[in-house]
Amino acid sequence: MPLLKNGQMIGEDAWLSVADDAPLPEHRPALISHARWQAEQEHLAGRNAPLGIRLPNTVDVLDFGPEAGRFDLIVLEFPKFSDGRAYSQARLLRERFGFAGELRATGHVLQDQLWHMQRCGFDAFEIAREGAAEAFAAAMRGFSHVYQPTGDGRISALKQRLAAARKQEAAE
Amino acid sequence: MYQYDQIDQTLVDERVAQFRDQVARRLSGAISEEEFKPLRLQNGLYLQLHAYMLRIAIPYGTLSSRQLRALAQIGCKYDRGWGHFTTRQNLQYNWIRLEDAADALADLAKVQMHAIQTSGNCIRNTTTDQFAGAAHDEIEDPRVWCEIIRQWSTFHPEFSFLPRKFKIAVTGSPNDRAAVRVHDIGLRMHRNADGETGFEVIVGGGLGRTPFIGKTIRDFLPKQHLLSYLEAILRVYNQFGRRDNMYKARIKILVHEIGIETMREKVEAEWQSIRDGALQLPQAAIDQIAAHFAPPAFERLSGGVTPDYAAAFRTDFEFGLWARRNTFKHKQPGYSIVTISLKKEGEPPGDMKAEQMLAVADLADRYSFGEIRVTHEQNLVLPHVKQADLPALFRALKAYDLATPNVGLASDIIACPGLDYCALANARSIPIAQQIALRFRNWERAHDIGELKIKISGCINACGHHHVGHIGILGVDKNGEEFYQLTLGGSADQDAALGDILGPALNTAQTVDAIDTLVEIYLRLRSGSDERFLDTYRRVGLQPFREAVYAAA
Repeated sequence: MPLLKNGQMIGEDAWLSVADDAPLPEHRPALISHARWQAEQEHLAGRNAPLGIRLPNTVDVLDFGPEAGRFDLIVLEFPKFSDGRAYSQARLLRERFGFAGELRATGHVLQDQLWHMQRCGFDAFEIAREGAAEAFAAAMRGFSHVYQPTGDGRISALKQRLAAARKQEAAE
Repeated sequence: MYQYDQIDQTLVDERVAQFRDQVARRLSGAISEEEFKPLRLQNGLYLQLHAYMLRIAIPYGTLSSRQLRALAQIGCKYDRGWGHFTTRQNLQYNWIRLEDAADALADLAKVQMHAIQTSGNCIRNTTTDQFAGAAHDEIEDPRVWCEIIRQWSTFHPEFSFLPRKFKIAVTGSPNDRAAVRVHDIGLRMHRNADGETGFEVIVGGGLGRTPFIGKTIRDFLPKQHLLSYLEAILRVYNQFGRRDNMYKARIKILVHEIGIETMREKVEAEWQSIRDGALQLPQAAIDQIAAHFAPPAFERLSGGVTPDYAAAFRTDFEFGLWARRNTFKHKQPGYSIVTISLKKEGEPPGDMKAEQMLAVADLADRYSFGEIRVTHEQNLVLPHVKQADLPALFRALKAYDLATPNVGLASDIIACPGLDYCALANARSIPIAQQIALRFRNWERAHDIGELKIKISGCINACGHHHVGHIGILGVDKNGEEFYQLTLGGSADQDAALGDILGPALNTAQTVDAIDTLVEIYLRLRSGSDERFLDTYRRVGLQPFREAVYAAA
């Protein structure tokens, strides 16, 4: 599946998705399920190569969050584009638990959702359609302003206006 | 009124360009109808029985005369010269072509309007008291808070794919004209013991197939924390609201299933983590928004009755009725709030012709500082009219069939579009409303009956708010025939209640007769002319009404 990361299409995914009953590659970044992590946590804790986890959107991030730092990749799922639970999971992982690794959206990921997703902290997207890189990159540019503060660092309209008013006051 | 700055205008213009591209991709087949659907819905475009319907947001029901003129022009250009005002204080065009939708939105953007989030599983247009900023009984102007919520909720990245739609209402008055107890979130402004104003936060109210009166999740929320508290509620709902069944996906079901105590624990815990963060509202930011809602340049008037007004009241019977029913006490001496009824008997409730919109825009300029409001009861309001101008305004409105003296009376009916337009409906609503209104066209009798709120929905989705009608009428389908189920005793006000089912459903003719019978029983049983239908019902109960209706049937 094509992977869009930091606005670029990535030819080959460095991560190997490993089935629950398959052995983990010793030196390659490995992506495992949340169930496997729960079952083999002690054993996996000593692993040296990078570890990624696929988190179902039914997992309460308040429970999982403290472990987030153990991973270099967290994959969040959109079983249907209309199922928006992973937006909240993403913001909590980034803003509450300070997760700094790759946050990847998978499932029914559509061009018109990318803006929202990256505002919530996603920086990588598995997209279903080939050859749409340009359109997807355009969608990522989204809007010139934002009304809400999120963890993406953009300055909200409200803060922009306050700053403008202060600047004007200082000038007068 | 709120005026867009360059930030607001840029966002709305960019949204139009984005939607134009989405429509082009749909028309070219690049995206499927399934993928297009949520995109068009988030721009207010529904596929109805006969055509596309475009729902325009009227933020908290506030319009300028310039905006109302633009709505009239768009109605002529892309529709059939009509618009329909809804219970969400919005406006709908019922005959829009997909190819024209982006152009219509571009025309709207020129007057600082849009159709953003008027549909879809996102935070919808925030609604409020239509008398905001004018009513004598107001604690604080709720429009300031509606605008703050509008901005926060517009394109909210986390809450654009909620389990289901989400509606927020705000009242700044103890007399609730915004139905805050039947919204996903209701906000009631009040003062605490220290004299500080804040919000009672009510959650989980709603109508539809499973109606609930909202429950208080927090008695008093300081104003600077409004957005963080809303974000905490939405975050809990987005993660834990049901998604397995669209009929159980509203927040009212979550609150009902986990209980208000558990809901409160989750929300408060989330709120504690974010309350002092980036969503906290500095006073300077609140002041910036509030400055948009400064009162207009009222004249200093004594507030006494002018000779003109007194003469008109004495000599013109219709003016007297209208002045009694369609005006409300203003906070500024010498001014009145005027409600323009869109419920002329025989007309579909909430419908308005383009030439009527243009006339009201002109009258707003002449008599009401260019301001117009839309009510959730599907009427319009001129919020700031000098009492001395009332006789002239009445005559001008009458020339356009806009002076029906029935606000709050039996013929001031809320009705959904029903089977005449809607793909979901089981029965027609508009013809029932029309027939009932014709029964109560005798103004002396109607005024004697007094306040009586009749609300009609064409199906259990309850867009016509039948659960909270003093008399509610619900359309049902019985083997292909339209039947109607009656409920009594509902209310959407500060004493919110859901109506009780009267008995088996009735056919169309029986329904209209039954309303007459209910009113006759009320007139017989009321303790005096100042006891409203609702109060009599609450005193005597269902039995006498039920007996009378089913004995006759």
